[in-house]
Amino acid sequence: MDAVEKNRPMPVSVANSKVIYQALKVCEIRVVSALPETWLVHLIRMAEEDPEMKLVRLAKEEEGVGISAGAHLAGVKSAMLMQNHGFLASVNGIVSFAQLYKIPLLMLISHRGTFGERDPWQTEGGRVTESVLRALNIPMERLDDPATVGRKIQWAQHLAESSLHPVALLLMRELMWEE
Amino acid sequence: MQRLECLRAIYKELESCIVVTIMGAVAAELQSLGHRPNFFYLQHAMGLASSTGLGLALSVPNQKVVVIDGDGSLLMNLGTLSTLARYRPANMIEVVFDNESLLSVGGFPTATSTGADLAEISRASGIPRSSTVRTIAEFSEAFSGAIRGMELSTIVAKVEAIGPTRYVTDLALLENRFQFSRYVRGLRGA
Repeated sequence: MDAVEKNRPMPVSVANSKVIYQALKVCEIRVVSALPETWLVHLIRMAEEDPEMKLVRLAKEEEGVGISAGAHLAGVKSAMLMQNHGFLASVNGIVSFAQLYKIPLLMLISHRGTFGERDPWQTEGGRVTESVLRALNIPMERLDDPATVGRKIQWAQHLAESSLHPVALLLMRELMWEE
Repeated sequence: MQRLECLRAIYKELESCIVVTIMGAVAAELQSLGHRPNFFYLQHAMGLASSTGLGLALSVPNQKVVVIDGDGSLLMNLGTLSTLARYRPANMIEVVFDNESLLSVGGFPTATSTGADLAEISRASGIPRSSTVRTIAEFSEAFSGAIRGMELSTIVAKVEAIGPTRYVTDLALLENRFQFSRYVRGLRGA
């Protein structure tokens, strides 16, 4: 764990991060690629502390498309943890690898820049994320209620695997942020 | 030194490796020497061949994974070298054919033509076993050493900016993808 993750406690929901992580385990996810962002800190820590999980920390989110593709081609289930701006930075990889080659991606995207956002720099991404997902024909669900998180993640993975296509789960403020 | 000669020199060793290439001349030339089910040609998504190699190397740690990259592709994703260095898959070899050019789109010069040194960037990213080779003998020796060694290696091979007359082959992208996946899953018993 790096210094920032340790020293700056944020009101990110540990309980709901656990619910999400548990669902990934139920889905038999063995590889998680990630680039740190505030809402994802607990999820990344859980992946790092889990001896059954291989956490791949990335320099840029688009690398995660390659990691997940390599894992899938070998028959290993993976998930990608990223912020919506990381998703936007990954679009070419998603289109000209995952979609071109029919590679399933289970993308868990923290949806920053929506109602309640205080960071000015997150706001444009918040406005366009869902439109870009729709333009790419990527099925999406919002995760905002811990009661339905487990089922939605499992169903998303089932669809990704059966359609051999990326799917997106948007981690919403109601689920991730306790303020 | 020509890329095709380099590929011919290591083809025997590639037969038993999981191989991921980039698009363009590398893919067409390797296929011209003989396609195999353990060869995957990433015909787009420039920059992600090495990331794919890492995903494979972590998933099948008992198999050698050879990525055949290019200067143009690697320059699009230099961060990948730092990610590779972080996990140091001992079963992975990153070969970079550096022709200082984006050949397939007309031969526009890349930054390696003006001094960017990919082997030095690789070493400075945390991959100590990084070298530049300029002759077939050097290339063959570096590659065989990397195959025998149990350490992540980067080999930058300086090659001429010449390639085949056409890049499209009769191997469909999805045919290649499913055949390759079936092969690698078979190795895992998955």
